[in-house]
Amino acid sequence: MESASVKKKTAPVKVRKRIDPADGILSVVTYLVYTLFAFVCAYPFYYIFINTISSNELSQRGKITFWPKELHLTNYINVSHIPSLLDAFNVSLKRTVVGTFLTVATSAFLGYMFTRETMWKRKIWYRFIVATMYFNAGIIPWFLTMKNLGLYNNFWVYVLPTAVSPFYIVLCKTFVESIPRELTDAAEIDGAGTLRCFFSIILPVIKPILATVAIFTAVAQWNSFQDTLLLVTDQKLYTLQFTLYNYINQASSLKSLVNSTTNASSLAASLAHAANATSIRMTVTIVVVFPILLVYPIFQRFFVKGIMIGAVKG
Amino acid sequence: MNKKKLRGYREFLYVLPFVLLVAVFSYYPLYGWKYAFYDYKPPKPLSEAAFVGFKWFSYMVDNEIKRKQIGQVLMNTFAVSGLSMLFSWFPMVFAVFLNEIKWKPYRKFVQTVTTLPNFISWVLVYSIAFCVFNSTGVVNSILMETGAITKPIMFLQSSEHIWFKMWLWLTWKNAGWAAIMYIAAISGIDEELYEAARVDGANRIQIILHITIPSILPTYFVLLFLNIANFLSNGMEQFFVFQNNFNKNTIQVLDLYVYNLAMGSGGYSLSTAIGILKSVVSIILLCVTNAISKLTRGEGFI
Repeated sequence: MESASVKKKTAPVKVRKRIDPADGILSVVTYLVYTLFAFVCAYPFYYIFINTISSNELSQRGKITFWPKELHLTNYINVSHIPSLLDAFNVSLKRTVVGTFLTVATSAFLGYMFTRETMWKRKIWYRFIVATMYFNAGIIPWFLTMKNLGLYNNFWVYVLPTAVSPFYIVLCKTFVESIPRELTDAAEIDGAGTLRCFFSIILPVIKPILATVAIFTAVAQWNSFQDTLLLVTDQKLYTLQFTLYNYINQASSLKSLVNSTTNASSLAASLAHAANATSIRMTVTIVVVFPILLVYPIFQRFFVKGIMIGAVKG
Repeated sequence: MNKKKLRGYREFLYVLPFVLLVAVFSYYPLYGWKYAFYDYKPPKPLSEAAFVGFKWFSYMVDNEIKRKQIGQVLMNTFAVSGLSMLFSWFPMVFAVFLNEIKWKPYRKFVQTVTTLPNFISWVLVYSIAFCVFNSTGVVNSILMETGAITKPIMFLQSSEHIWFKMWLWLTWKNAGWAAIMYIAAISGIDEELYEAARVDGANRIQIILHITIPSILPTYFVLLFLNIANFLSNGMEQFFVFQNNFNKNTIQVLDLYVYNLAMGSGGYSLSTAIGILKSVVSIILLCVTNAISKLTRGEGFI
């Protein structure tokens, strides 16, 4: 231990004695290139945000690029009064909460159950579930089947199909396996059953992995778009993502309307309308991004575990 | 013994509801493949549809126009997947040079910011693209102000360089996240290797070339194999949100084509047939790459 720390202290001194000119150039170029990368990734978010709080008229003329001008919050107030948006926000929130709860609960429970060697034909059931990571029926057969099952325009289509999720089950199972066997063995000798063991011993111990599962599921639920697109036509069940998509499309059709109008007064009217539509679209974009930005700092702690999810072996 | 067996059955009963859920949501849709063998026209139920055997499978290629269309779709798919494979080294190089930033807060900052786009949906990416690149967006207004152009460029409404643009958006969204895997791999490299190299007088480029990159190359190959296995699956969301009347021809990858065919023009049976072919090819690709991986690296990824 001690010799290692000594080594670490002496090594940089040696390096500093012989600075290679190539190393210096490398440093400068690296900093420049990564600053550019960071800018390209962060600036669009910033750009949209300053446009939502600046004068809509300036924003529409493309005058807001680096600093907000003529600050106001009317866009956010306006947006909060659009009933369809409020509904969509509620649907998105509800599916995120319910969906996350279901996935976390099943992953924890199944992750534990599949470590129970006493279970009848355990390996078969485990493989039956894990195998679904490697195939899917395809989008259209899936759509037709869900429709036949009565999940068309049904809230449950958002949360049920993802409730049992093999990746997370494997992840939880691996974690449960790392817990010393003696813990549950002792409880069983004291007469605790399978469920009792799960709730009072396993569940408190596997919290860290459940946090990882929860945060990744929540983001996936919040971002989900395809299920609404395929299986929902009832406006009451539209999610925020889907509503945002509709807004963008409406705005582009508005623009083509403006181009084709020859009448001057209606042109002005539709221009004003377009300015409003652009601001609303940007504001909604920020509203949809915001929850992600909010959980992002907590999120980062789980990155490395999360990436394991993609590389997990069944 | 008997008690233990009884317990085993009871434990099975606990997981049975979940096994059933998987059966319904993952296995039962496979039964939907039967639609490919009927002439299914939606308002009428399947029971009234005529059985047509393999008609749809030959229908895709039975005349010049359809062959051309399928050919274009396949070309788009290959181009988009090919581009991302061609540049699959990018996240690795990104991670390697990120590791060269020695000022830790700055490294952390770059990593945080470049990973963020991975966690927003494609709808949001499109919305951002729209805000930044539309005729009054920041890119056009800066170009106009500097006098580089006199008329706004319609970036999103053009049909040019679609494959490359799609690759750019994909990279914008994913590169930072993909790099994390390599960053984890790099942090696992034995510090003594670096020290030995420094003592021998290696400069940083030499250290990167002879220590860092060889150490993380195995990770790269695993990801490359997975990439090949998913060659036909680009997902439809990205292409769906970016598609419009101008770029429709070159943006339609297989997944989007299957969707458009069914939901746009009601060709459920035909699109199911295409989906089946895609699934079969994908499974074969998965098995082949897994076998190659076993041969070359000694272990597969399934």
